[in-house]
Amino acid sequence: MTSIQKPPVRHPSLQINALGLTKRDYEGAMSTLCAGCGHDSVTAAMVQAFFELDIPPHRAAKMSGIGCSSKTTAYFMRQSHGFNSVHGRMPSVASGANAANRDLIYIGVSGDGDSLSIGLGQLCHAIRRNVDMLYVLENNGVYGLTKGQFSASADVGSKSKRGESNVQRPIDPVLLALSLGATFVARGFSGDKTRLVPMLKAGLRHKGFALIDVISPCVSFNDHEGSTKSYRFTRENYHELAPVDFVPLQREITAETEQGASVSVTMHDGSILRFREVASEYDPTDRDAAYAHVRARQDRGEIVTGLLYIDERSADMHETAHTVERPLVDVPFEALCPGKAELEKLMDEYR
Amino acid sequence: MVNDFAFKIATVNGTGSASANGLLMQSIYRMGIPVSGKNVFPSNIQGLPTWYEIRVSKKGYTSRPAHIDLVVALNPATYAKDVSAVKRGGWLLYDSSWPLDAALARDDIQILGVPFGQLCVAAFAGDRERTLMRNIAYTGALVALLDIDMDVIGEMIREQFAKKRSLLDSNFRALHLGYDYTKKHYACPLPIRLERMNATRDQVLLDGNTAAALGCLYAGATVGAWYPITPATSLMEAFSGFCKRYRVDPETKRNNFCILQAEDELAAAGITIGAGWAGARAFTSTAGPGISLMSEFIGLAYYTEIPGVFFDIQRTGPSTGMPTRTQQADLLSIAYLSHGDTKHIALFPSSPAECFSMSVTAFDLTERFQTPVFVVSDLDIGMNDWMVPRLTWDDSYRPDRGKVLGADDLERVKRFSRYLDVDGDGIAARSLPGVHPKGAYFVRGSGHDKHAAYTEDADEYREVVDRLAKKLKTAEGAVPEPEMHRNGGKISVGIVALGGTHAALLEARDALAANGIEVDYMRIKAFPFGTVVREFLETHETIFVVEQNRDAQLRSLLAIETGLARDRMTPVLDYGGMPLTADFVTSEVTRHLEARVA
Ligand SMILES: Cc1ncc(C[n+]2csc(CCOP(=O)(O)OP(=O)(O)O)c2C)c(N)n1
Ligand code: SF4
Repeated sequence: MTSIQKPPVRHPSLQINALGLTKRDYEGAMSTLCAGCGHDSVTAAMVQAFFELDIPPHRAAKMSGIGCSSKTTAYFMRQSHGFNSVHGRMPSVASGANAANRDLIYIGVSGDGDSLSIGLGQLCHAIRRNVDMLYVLENNGVYGLTKGQFSASADVGSKSKRGESNVQRPIDPVLLALSLGATFVARGFSGDKTRLVPMLKAGLRHKGFALIDVISPCVSFNDHEGSTKSYRFTRENYHELAPVDFVPLQREITAETEQGASVSVTMHDGSILRFREVASEYDPTDRDAAYAHVRARQDRGEIVTGLLYIDERSADMHETAHTVERPLVDVPFEALCPGKAELEKLMDEYR
Repeated sequence: MVNDFAFKIATVNGTGSASANGLLMQSIYRMGIPVSGKNVFPSNIQGLPTWYEIRVSKKGYTSRPAHIDLVVALNPATYAKDVSAVKRGGWLLYDSSWPLDAALARDDIQILGVPFGQLCVAAFAGDRERTLMRNIAYTGALVALLDIDMDVIGEMIREQFAKKRSLLDSNFRALHLGYDYTKKHYACPLPIRLERMNATRDQVLLDGNTAAALGCLYAGATVGAWYPITPATSLMEAFSGFCKRYRVDPETKRNNFCILQAEDELAAAGITIGAGWAGARAFTSTAGPGISLMSEFIGLAYYTEIPGVFFDIQRTGPSTGMPTRTQQADLLSIAYLSHGDTKHIALFPSSPAECFSMSVTAFDLTERFQTPVFVVSDLDIGMNDWMVPRLTWDDSYRPDRGKVLGADDLERVKRFSRYLDVDGDGIAARSLPGVHPKGAYFVRGSGHDKHAAYTEDADEYREVVDRLAKKLKTAEGAVPEPEMHRNGGKISVGIVALGGTHAALLEARDALAANGIEVDYMRIKAFPFGTVVREFLETHETIFVVEQNRDAQLRSLLAIETGLARDRMTPVLDYGGMPLTADFVTSEVTRHLEARVA
């Protein structure tokens, strides 16, 4: 994220990654969001995560719908392919793109308005298909871009800027995803970049649909007294359940030596996820327990964060569809068209 | 009346008559006689009346028959209607297990009763088998009455049940139940009867949706997205079947295709567009209600210039309309689908053969022009079996991928500008995601300039949308030209039509000529219209526009796009949901011309 235009020169002391790129190479256009918008912090975490994972920008596809949150894809990784689709319907575009080219790294950014109302169906079905992508839901409880209406994630009793109280029950993306069978479910806070970055990295490496609900306050319309999605409220009620370390395959650290109070999950590509200081009763691979835990804490008014659930064994969309391993866009026409002779034979069946 | 008559079978949906009717039609066809069949079925799974109309025409006419010579009435619920549908001097064959109400009798037709029900109850055990075999029994009666070649039908039954010995036996028994009884009690064959010909040799019997699916297969489509809807469902089902047969990698046994049944048409459109953007040949098939839902996405694809093929197998509207009846009522909505200034390329196949070839054309056009392309078919073309020339394929075909910059091209350019018109034809070059760092750009449905950057600047915005208009203008010269049926010489009457009404129009044209009315006929194959269309309209004093919708949509489209005054074109409209008959066209055209003279 850049809020001010910076000169294109590279400072010699800038750290470079395995591709020889600096963090600056992972930045995007200048943000046009309000100063202080939570989304900009997510963008910054995104820059960090992609940089640290050594992802070649042009191999990533940034998908989004419509909303302030959906705009953020323009603000990181300038040199990757971006796609602002229509309001709420990014998951289908991402599914189609993934169907055509499974080798790209898909990252979807959406808002609570985009995902939980107009796009609720598409979100559910992307989860159901287990499309291999990271889906970041920047959750601020309001429609930012249309200026402050309550969204479907607004809590009962949360106050709007004009002082109205929300009366409808919220849809919680985390509980929704858990109940739909999502294979990676996490919640983060835009104000806590340190913990968000490993979460994003793990989500990017997860084989399947990784949902990260990021509480991302809207400073213009939902950061006041009485709001339950303000910075202050979130900080005060924020409970890190299972801090996570992402240990990429390439830089393997022997997780075993630090076992102790941690739980390790091996990802499909061999990278390791380590949950530190996990509450002793918590098992991030037990869906029912995860659901019960999040619910119980929620009833106490706490916002549970961290990587809440992970399942590395479920088949993703291509596995279910039994598609060839190479991207369909790379399959030569000769392998696709059965040719003249076959058509002749086939025609005999329609005699 | 040899090889020139029509008959119709009235049954109940879900009783298994469809395969018997198919068997009948195919047997006639294998006797070398031109034949066509129309399934008139209800929007229901089981229990409602259904009809199957078979037309035998030695001259090769395949449009819906105007008169029915023989009705096979097996559904008591529709007896009254079916009796009255028989042409004067015609025949009614019914199941005399239950005597026909005397009040229904007509003295200008002959009524033939065969106790199909009783015969089957005596010969077979179990309700399901008795019901199924009644269909084969009436087929047997028709073999006797119409002189269908017993060897041909026998061969077909053997082909069908080669692996099911018990079914084979029961089918033959049932066939003979009907045949023997009819032979014994009636003078067979009737004056309407069949005689072998040699007119179907290089033809096949094929429905449009199967043919379109084959087109997608041959064009190299790899991603298909859909949501079930009549009458479009069978297209994706056929595609899926062909893919399983031809597209499984021989070594890995994995699929060289990805078909996604979407949660709705919004998603089906989104998947198509996402896949098109990523570089696959992708398509979806739907009908009117789905097209309505896809509207917003279509606008996105148009403005962001992403390819994708959209099949609209039209059915009657508005709203849910009559899902199992045919119409041509989506023309206007498709031409300009979505908000804002939009305009789309659309192809109008007139037969299954064209569903095949135009599907391939559609994929070439969509990639060449980087814009959604519609293949506008209808229920009649899509779901009925038509006699068409055997489909052929040219192995030298290679997909037209349009202007796509590969890694090498991108390496060479200084800066890639996604929406820059270098060649002056309105078509900018695209890049595919993941190919080269220089090819990366941002797709946005919001205002963008020629570099794909966000803009709210009036001039930059206009530059892009004006180029889009230019691109569609270029497309006029690239889409299939209309098919012309001119008499040569100066003819003052011209008929314009498109799509599945073609068969009726060819026949109507002959009938009009026989009555001394010479007409030129132009069948439009694509939108946007080119200069040829305008010329035809301008050079004929009287123009009839024949179409199957209430509001004369094609006429409106012609008026808007060519500037020709609407009242210069006389609409001939048939929109009750049934396939068009030649009779209707002939009588309407004659009536208008006579009114003009009077
Ligand atoms: C079909 C359609 N309906 C409505 C809109 C207007 N609209 C634009 S953004 C938006 C809400 C975005 O809210 P959210 O996803 O929560 O993102 P935020 O701006 O809060 O980050 C709406 C309703 C639209 N673009 N398209
Ligand atoms: S309106 Fe809210 S969500 Fe939108 S940019 Fe401003 S602070 Fe962010």
